[in-house]
Amino acid sequence: MHTVAEFSIGYRGYLNSQGVLGDDAPSASSAPELLVRAYGAMVLARIFDAKAIALQRTGQMGTYASCLGQEAIGAAIGLAMAEDDLFVPYYRDQATQLLRGVSMTEILQYWGGDERGSNFARQRRDLPNCVPIATQITHAAGAASAFKLRKLRQAVVVTCGDGATSRGDFYESINLAGAWQLPLVVVVNNNQWAISVRRQYQSGAATLAQKAIAAGIPGEQVDGNDFIAVHAAVSEALQRAYDGKGATLIEAICYRLSDHTTADDATRYRPAEELKQAWQQEPIKRLQTYLHQCGLWSAEREQGLQAEVQEAVAKAVAAYQQLPPAVPESLFEYVFAEWPAAYAWQRDMLRHRVARMAEPSDSLESGIEGHHSKGTSHE
Amino acid sequence: MNKAVAAPQQHTDVATPARITLVEAVNLALARALRDDPDVVVFGEDVGVNGGVFRATLGLQERFGLRRVMDTPLAENLIAGLAVGMATQGLKPVAEIQFMGFIYATLEQLISHAARMRNRTRGRLHCPLVIRAPYGGGIHAPEHHSESTEAILAHIPGLRVVVPSSPALAYGLLLSAIQDPDPVVFLEPKRIYRAVKREVIDDGQGLPLDVCFTLREGEDATLVAWGAMIPECLDAAVQLADLGVNVEVIDVATLAPLDMQTILDSVKKTGRCVVVHEAAHHGGLGAQIAATVSELGLLSLLAPVQRVSGFDTPMPLLKNEHYYLPNSGDIVAAVQKALDFA
Repeated sequence: MHTVAEFSIGYRGYLNSQGVLGDDAPSASSAPELLVRAYGAMVLARIFDAKAIALQRTGQMGTYASCLGQEAIGAAIGLAMAEDDLFVPYYRDQATQLLRGVSMTEILQYWGGDERGSNFARQRRDLPNCVPIATQITHAAGAASAFKLRKLRQAVVVTCGDGATSRGDFYESINLAGAWQLPLVVVVNNNQWAISVRRQYQSGAATLAQKAIAAGIPGEQVDGNDFIAVHAAVSEALQRAYDGKGATLIEAICYRLSDHTTADDATRYRPAEELKQAWQQEPIKRLQTYLHQCGLWSAEREQGLQAEVQEAVAKAVAAYQQLPPAVPESLFEYVFAEWPAAYAWQRDMLRHRVARMAEPSDSLESGIEGHHSKGTSHE
Repeated sequence: MNKAVAAPQQHTDVATPARITLVEAVNLALARALRDDPDVVVFGEDVGVNGGVFRATLGLQERFGLRRVMDTPLAENLIAGLAVGMATQGLKPVAEIQFMGFIYATLEQLISHAARMRNRTRGRLHCPLVIRAPYGGGIHAPEHHSESTEAILAHIPGLRVVVPSSPALAYGLLLSAIQDPDPVVFLEPKRIYRAVKREVIDDGQGLPLDVCFTLREGEDATLVAWGAMIPECLDAAVQLADLGVNVEVIDVATLAPLDMQTILDSVKKTGRCVVVHEAAHHGGLGAQIAATVSELGLLSLLAPVQRVSGFDTPMPLLKNEHYYLPNSGDIVAAVQKALDFA
């Protein structure tokens, strides 16, 4: 037997957990103004995230998926992408979304259970959060196909978790991206956990990046706690996409420092010691250390940033809390371009339901009356 | 399984009527849509060079190029997801799922994304896509190639389900499905793909969605059906006419949202209703129609609503499929039962 093909998977990391930058770091991705901006974006994501969890814990929001520990990946994607590229998120992409003009209030509104939160006021084209795992990667492939068919010099960036790489959607999409040379960047946030299932139980593959090999696209691992490395990897992948050279798979290795969501309790399955170790690798501290070393940061600037971010988050929370509730009739408004005539009677049914709900609970008689009223018939 | 391969439909700018089959009408509508709207793209398994296993996309890649008519990898879930992604970016994807038996992999995309993108973004994004699939039995196809599981799709809020029963309806309804700003599953009754040739004018005019078509008028009973059961109903109507019974035949055409008003108006006139579908009985759309007739038309009924359907068994393989599929004799018997009701 002779070898017909050989493959290897590279690993990229520039800024280590001690905040020391390797000599091989690319200058564009470690430019001072970019790093300061990235640091601000990461701090914002972390403080916003903590506030969102607090809102959930105090009954002011629904279940929420934290992005704690993934701030560098999110910020790197957000800062590497051009405005007219398309972002297709999963559901831990707060840092990227904030950089792309999705507001904190909209994110809170979405997790607070209000569809209006996905009607982004500033970011009109990006897809909304995607909960069914890996399904969004097929949409990203579709959007990338649309860009390619229209000969646009634009790319699509899609994110997913490590668990998503086990699904057919993931394989089907990267396979197509290879076959059609799509302008697509797939970033796997390998945070080591799919709810309670460890990365090594998710796949026997030594790396998730190597799944790119079967799809015929470049794949690499990158230190997901290193903003500079992720930014460089995503920037290079975007450049390939713009140049018509096809898709890239990036496995960004980080650690989910939070529970899966606020409905989860990771202490049931995650060893405390492992979490403690993971905190030594987290992305914000190392960047802060580096900025200090370069003279780009100071205690005063940190204080200023903290105050500024706290204020912005507080303002967004206040705006969220003051949003007027959606009218019940909005249930019907956006299902189709026009609510079908065949279902017109359902508007009446809701109106009667709402009216009954507003009545005192002991007026059973009027409830029965309402049931037999003309409005609930199909006429 | 596609023995009879039609000649390619020659394109003409003049809207002269041509006598064509149902599958040729599908091809004609696709060509028209591709020509009239640069945002329309057609893709699926074998739709390109091969022109589709039933030749529904014959000649389209040649005419409109590789960017507009694309062969995809063999991945139905991906095909539906691609359509969602393209549609959110302003394209009008028309995707083919080769057989309805393979449509199940698309259900997550249809339910969780296509049918709710507009709603979950409050209208910011929407999905003007069409998924076409041949469905139904009666052509001696292999296992998994003959099912009628339209009720599964018709249960999905936000999704239109459309079934043509003639060449003209196939042309007009498919054009409307492609122009519709929301997702449509377009199920093509492959048993009658080449059953008849009828006159179709390639005028680019769509036919209305969300309404039933009354194909024959009568006073004694109302037959309600769609797809390949329509010719059976029309046959039954002729047999019944010989017995002095005049039945009205309603082609539902859009299974969701379902235009019950046309059916109710007819039942008000006839007093009897027979719903016919080749799909399994339990939970079939016949139940939905019968329930609504009893809810809103009870006092017009002279007899209980009758249902003629397939059985609650898996679709038999080809040797036994004729036992499964309702035929005009079953329909005549059901009408007679309604007429005999005391």
